[in-house]
Formats: sequence, C-alpha cells, structure tokens
Amino acid sequence: MSGQTRPVRVLRNLNAKIAAVPMILTTLVVFVGGTIWTVIYSFTNSKLLPKLQWVGTAQYERLWNNDLWNAAIHNLLFFGVMSMVFTIGIGFLLAVLMDQKIRFEDTFRTIMLYPFALSFIVTGLVWQWILDPGMGLQEVVRRMGWESFSFDPLHDPDTVLYGLLIAGLWQGTGFTMCLMLAGLRGIDEDIWKAARVDGIPRWKTYIFVVIPMMRPVFITTLVLVAAGIIKLYDLVVAQTNGNPGNASQMPAMYVYRYMFTAQNLGQGFAASTMMLLSVLIVLIPWAYLEFGGKKRG
Amino acid sequence: MADTVTPRGKRPQSRFTTNNIVLYGILGVMSIYYLLPLYVMVMTSLKDMVEIRVGNIFAPPVEVTFQPWIKAWSQACTGLNCDGLSRGFWNSVMITVPSVIISIIVASVNGYALVNWKFKGSEVFFTILIFGSFIPYQIMLYPIVIILRELGIYGTLSGLILVHTIFGMPILTLLFRNYFSSLPEELFKAARVDGAGFWGIYFQIMLPMSMPIFVVALILQITGIWNDFLFGVVFTKPEIYPMTVQLNNIVNSVQGVKEYNVNMAATMLTGLVPLIVYFVSGKLFVRGIAAGAVKG
Repeated sequence: MSGQTRPVRVLRNLNAKIAAVPMILTTLVVFVGGTIWTVIYSFTNSKLLPKLQWVGTAQYERLWNNDLWNAAIHNLLFFGVMSMVFTIGIGFLLAVLMDQKIRFEDTFRTIMLYPFALSFIVTGLVWQWILDPGMGLQEVVRRMGWESFSFDPLHDPDTVLYGLLIAGLWQGTGFTMCLMLAGLRGIDEDIWKAARVDGIPRWKTYIFVVIPMMRPVFITTLVLVAAGIIKLYDLVVAQTNGNPGNASQMPAMYVYRYMFTAQNLGQGFAASTMMLLSVLIVLIPWAYLEFGGKKRG
Repeated sequence: MADTVTPRGKRPQSRFTTNNIVLYGILGVMSIYYLLPLYVMVMTSLKDMVEIRVGNIFAPPVEVTFQPWIKAWSQACTGLNCDGLSRGFWNSVMITVPSVIISIIVASVNGYALVNWKFKGSEVFFTILIFGSFIPYQIMLYPIVIILRELGIYGTLSGLILVHTIFGMPILTLLFRNYFSSLPEELFKAARVDGAGFWGIYFQIMLPMSMPIFVVALILQITGIWNDFLFGVVFTKPEIYPMTVQLNNIVNSVQGVKEYNVNMAATMLTGLVPLIVYFVSGKLFVRGIAAGAVKG
C-alpha cells in the first residue's frame, strides 16, 4: 500500500457530486419541479394537453362542486379516521400481547406480518372473494342454519367502507404491531421494576406510564398511516372499484380518472394539489414536533 | 454472555392461568383472521367450479385439482389476449430485476456520498428527498409522463424502471445513509490515508462490509416493486403491464362467467413472489420495513 497520492480536494468533491447527480435530479426535477408544475397548471383550463391558459381558481370551484369529489373526500375522511383508530388500537394491543414473554413469538409475528408483504391488489381481491354474498362468509353461516344472517358489506353503500377496512387492517396491522413492539422494547426495564416496587398493576403502568412514553412512536405511526391512507388507491380499485354507487370512491381515483381517462387535466391537477395539501396538513405539525427545537447532526 | 445458563424444562407457574387463556385466546383469534385469506385462497384455487358452487368456502377441496392454476398461468384472458398470467409474470420479472438492481446501486452510492463525502447542500437535498417520499405520487404523475415522453421512453419498460428508481430513492438512500454512518469512521479515514479514492473506498471497503443492508434493500425493493400497481397502470402499455395490473384486469373483468378458482389461483400466483421473499428472509424483512418506516 503506497500512500503517496493524496486525493485532490476538487476531484474528491467532484466524484461525490457526480455520485449525487441522480439524487439532485430527482429532488429538483421530479419532487420539487414536478410538484410546482402541477400546482401551477392547476390554475389553468388544460384539457387534453397542458396549456397555460389561466382560469384562476375555477378548477378548484368546480372540484368542490363536484359530487364525485365530495363523496371521495367524505369516504376518505371516514375511512381514514376509522383506519387510524383501529390500526393504532389493534397494533398496540397486539404489541402488548406479544411483549408478555409469550411462547412462539416468532410464529405469531410471521403470521401477523405476512399480509404486509402482499400487494393491495391481492388483498382487495381475496377479501372481495371472502365477502362475496353468494358464496363467501355470509353463505357459509347461512348454510350452517342461521338463515337470516346477513353480512354483505361490499354491496351496501352504508357499509362498503367497513368492508375495505377489514381488508386494509388485515394488510397493515401486523406492520403497526412491529413498530409498536419496537417501541415497547425500547422502554427502559427500570420503569417496569419501579412500577412493580410501587405496586402499580401492569395495565395501569401501560396506560399511565408506557403510552405517554411511547408518544413519538405513536406519532410516527400515525403519520405513516395517514400518509398511506391519503394515497389509498390499489386496494379500492381491486376490491370495489368505487362501487356501489360512489360509496367507496377515493380522491386518488378521482385524480386518475380526470388525468388519464376523462382528459380533463386541469381538474386532475387541482384534485392532486388538494391531496398534497392534505398531506402537508398532516406532515407539517409532525415535522415541527420532530425536528423543531432540537438540532440534528 | 454465551455461557449464561438458561432454565430448562417447564416454566414454574401454571400455564392455565386466566391471563394466559385470555392472552393466547386473543392471539389465536387474531391469527385466524390473518391466516384465513391465505387458507381460503389456496383452498378455492384447488377446487373445481362445481364444488365451489355447492360447497363451503372454508372447506378443503374434496377432489384436488390443479387445473385452475394451469388455466390462470397460461389461458386466462385479459381483453383479447388469452395467454394467461404468465405474460404479466414475465413482465414483472423484466420490470423488477433491473429496477431493483439500478435503484440499489444508485441509492447505495448516494448514501455513501452523503455520509462520507459531504458537500455543500448535500443535507438539503437529502431532506427534500425524504419529504418528497411523503408527497402523494399523484401530483408528480403528469410531469413524469412529460419527462418520459421527452426522453422517448413513455410506455416502455425503461420508463417504468426509471420511475421505480426515482421513487425507491428516498427510502433506500435513508437506509444506506443510516447504515454507512454506523460504520466506524476510522476505517474510512485509514483508507483515505492509504490513498483510496471515492470509488476505491466504496468498492473495497463499504460494499464488502454492508452485505446485510444490501439484502435488506433487496427485500424491500423486490416486494415493493413487484406489488406496485399505480406506476404500472400509468406508465406502461397493456402488452407490458406488470402482473398486479393484469391480475386485476383478469379478476375484475366484467365479461364472461366468473371462475373463482382461476381467479384465486391467479391471485395466489401474483402473491407468491413476495410471499417467498417474506418467508425466506424472515427477520430481515422486519428490519427492512422498520428501517424504511422509522428514521434511524
């Protein structure tokens, strides 16, 4: 090993910069550039092709007067709230159960997590089949003798979102459990010892000590789940395709429809800008909590 | 610590306490919820249609048939094409393999540069990159269509591979950055004293030391790209649709009689690749998704 040639400073930086070119292009051109482009064109009346013909906020007015969009937003809000409550609730409960020094922990984890490896398309299609009224779960219970049993969530506008929820929770709760379990395992053993010395029951320690301590984990999980829900697309396309009526339409489907099939780009841009806005509403307070105040190295 | 004696034999406390019954009861019920769809998928795919109509969705097949699998693989129709899911499978292979390789190379070099060769503004780009991963893809779809069209690769495999490389970058870069920054800096310094340059250190020191994180990245990317639907629909044409898109078109097509056994065989076939990756990789999968989800 001869150590005579020290790397030249300019060249060293040059190499690193060349290596970072894909990242720089991605951030500047696609992430920043693409986002700004779409926001700008959402103020135009682009139809088949994007063109800079300003119409002010007309696209947004049209958007919020559109029944389909309002239905999609309503569905998203309902599904989102339900999904967050249950994902966090079930995820935490399972994590607590898994944290009781149980036997077969790895087996249970494998069982709970495997749906997360599967795509939303597979998830949607298999639950569509299980919830099939003519041959699925409902029919099985009926044939067992309970003739009036009715469980057909996917074909009733009032319950279709619960049908999606069953599938969504199946796919995602194992992952939440893993995040929560990592959080639980990160808690100092001494806390548990102190609680035991003080004679505090386990469940009380969970509620009053552990949950407050796990606040960052809960917040991170909530942000991840929320960001995922706003983008929700594949699951609905596979399981219900927005039916019955528009009872399971989602904003991402509205965007796709207007951008790629209805050839009304301006509407699609305005709708996707609203999606961005909703992500920012979730993200900015989180980023403030997470990064604000403390300096990161 | 290896010589710590672990207690052998049964645990001292009774195994049938109320607590334990509730504990394992809930875990058992939840396990049924998680396992049921996989079970139903497999069982349905092994029955013929007559048995599905008269039988019970949860019952195992009376007579096992592999016909639905064969049909799903080589005869199922999407539109006018009746050559089965095999087409989508090979498309997905042709999409996933290059996308995974390219995105991992790009992101690993990137993460390495971010940790060891910081330059002015590198952290700013990284921050934008991470925030970019939260931006809904929908807002960037059309600009990307324009970019791909300008490059002449809209609707081609190369176009979709580029898109996967772009959107894989935030998570992978984060993954590699965190891993490389956990390696002792002295190694890097020693190599530099010995005259190794940017690529020399990357190939001779970083790469051999980072095989575990490359495996994690591999798992993350194979499952992620294989399971993609949106990019497949938007950026490719029907002839090169990935498996997920073709699967959805087969199962949710409105024409003809629904063949549930073929549909479930097709669904199972599409889920097989990520499932195999999951079961083979075991704990590394958990590490991968946790690394992708939570900043280190």
